[in-house]
Amino acid sequence: MIRLEQLCKTYHLGGESVHALDHLDLRIDAGDYLSVMGPSGSGKSTLLNMLGLLDTPDSGRYWLEEQEMGALNEEQRAKVRNQRIGFVFQAYHLIDRLSARENIELPLILTGVAPRERRPRVDELLERLGLEHHATHHPHQLSGGQRQRVAIARAVIRRPALLLADEPTGNLDSHASGEVISLLEELNGEGITLLVVTHDPAMGGRARRRLWMQDGALIRETNGDGNVTDSEPDRADAPR
Amino acid sequence: MRLADLIQFNLHLLLRQWFRTLMILLATAVGVAAVLLLTGLGEGARRFVLEEFSLLGQDTLIMLPGRKETTGGLPPLTGEGTRDITLEDVAALERLPEIEMVAPLIVGNAQVYVGGRNREILTLGTSARFFDLRQLSMQQGQALPQAPLEQAGSVCVIGPEVRDILFGTAPALGEWIRVGDRRFRVIGIVEDRGESLGMDVSNQVILPVASAQQIFNTQGMFRVLLKVRPGASFDGARQRVLELMQQRHGGERDITLITQDALLGAFSDILHLLTLSVGAIAAISLVVAGILIMNITLISVSQRTAEIGLLKALGASANLVRLLFLSEALMLSALGALLGIASGYALLWLGHSIWPQFPVSVPFWALSGSLVIALGVATLFAWLPARRAARMAPVLALRGEVRDA
Repeated sequence: MIRLEQLCKTYHLGGESVHALDHLDLRIDAGDYLSVMGPSGSGKSTLLNMLGLLDTPDSGRYWLEEQEMGALNEEQRAKVRNQRIGFVFQAYHLIDRLSARENIELPLILTGVAPRERRPRVDELLERLGLEHHATHHPHQLSGGQRQRVAIARAVIRRPALLLADEPTGNLDSHASGEVISLLEELNGEGITLLVVTHDPAMGGRARRRLWMQDGALIRETNGDGNVTDSEPDRADAPR
Repeated sequence: MRLADLIQFNLHLLLRQWFRTLMILLATAVGVAAVLLLTGLGEGARRFVLEEFSLLGQDTLIMLPGRKETTGGLPPLTGEGTRDITLEDVAALERLPEIEMVAPLIVGNAQVYVGGRNREILTLGTSARFFDLRQLSMQQGQALPQAPLEQAGSVCVIGPEVRDILFGTAPALGEWIRVGDRRFRVIGIVEDRGESLGMDVSNQVILPVASAQQIFNTQGMFRVLLKVRPGASFDGARQRVLELMQQRHGGERDITLITQDALLGAFSDILHLLTLSVGAIAAISLVVAGILIMNITLISVSQRTAEIGLLKALGASANLVRLLFLSEALMLSALGALLGIASGYALLWLGHSIWPQFPVSVPFWALSGSLVIALGVATLFAWLPARRAARMAPVLALRGEVRDA
């Protein structure tokens, strides 16, 4: 479903070049469950942003559902983000002035879906996520776990093919974390491709494919059985 | 995005920051109300003046000595003729079948004495016709009597202000006053019509024209007012008057005929220009409101950086983000403009009810112009911040960093 070929991204920070992605290759099949781990600055978030079309690579190619993303303009990318990709952030990024319901239906509102079509879809999700009593609550009236569940509802309201989660449990206690993780995995079980970026080895360990990144490159991948299936140990040391 | 959703989204935003919203509403409303108020007053003044000067009626010609071009610009208000318009001319004009009434007019300042007091007062020399032409009514006594024009009678009519100045509270009717070196008996006092503009007779002394000729030692008329007979062609009458005067003045066309319309047209033009300029000055406050909107929108863009990033991540295109910020500014300024229109009209109505003789009316161009300027300025000034928001890179915006994509 997803193919990355020789993806590169370099940031210039104060005269110093940082290779956030360094000739990165990756294939992801539909329905996969991946975690990406690695130290700070290893390029995890950049990879996530690339996959989510929030950022553009300097070079390399990206196919999503057999479509070359580099060929799209900003409007088309916005449309793909809206319809095919869901985001879950560490800081939830809910809009404070909107109620839970309004936050969840935001992706539908942005693309002009009629209110009578929106309502049943939001109701269904609210019920499923156990948020039916919080529909009119505003984010500040919700607990962290509830906020993240609202954010997840917003991410999947358009039934995306790909769900990208950036430290989804970073701000949560262990109980709420557990709930959020099982919700994400449940969605993955329904066929949504799930990619989680995390510092937490326990959470990362739950994924079927675990990727380790360092200096903008994938250095190791293990599957659920603990086997190393793919690595390019020489790449990390390769001269740049 | 649907319009209803867009409006709701913006309303959430505006209510959330109600103080900011209130301030912008106020600024825009003040600007719009100022435009309406000033143009309304200006237009009112114009109408007021026109009504005041319209006393002569539409069918009156004004003759002045001297040939002046009347096309373009101000009509001549002072005419110095080469040959006087004499009382014989006036009598001849009166015999024209197209002319119903002729009133000669000599105007000058004369020293007026009563007992120990004396004042310099504007003095008119005219005939009984003048009272009919101007439709003057008498407060006390009677108007100038119907008498041959060349008869220098010793009677006068005074305005109520003159009476107050010269006689105070003492009765004036039947008393003698001295104008220049001649004595006149007061036979009437004109009704005070409360006019303050135009030819106000309340502070004037009105004498028979021949008497005024002697006092001012002049033969020529300052003006002659001619009322065209109802049913007669106005242009035809005008032509006949010109021909007659040319014939009487040895073939030379040395008089000017103006109509009230020409006079009023010039006044109207000037006052219209005045209204336009005060309106334009008031519109500056709208531009100030626009700058305020720009600042507020800029602040809003930087405060909502993360939200912009989020909206982009959720699938809002750059165009949509721009639309969000532009429509927010437009909504604000539209609401402000409506508020301004309401308060502007309310204030004008209030003014009108306090001072009913002053007509107030907002010209349509001022109403539509202030609306267009308010909305235009809002769009113009919100464009820059909105473009900035639209260009934001989503990934940076999500982290709260402002940088162009």
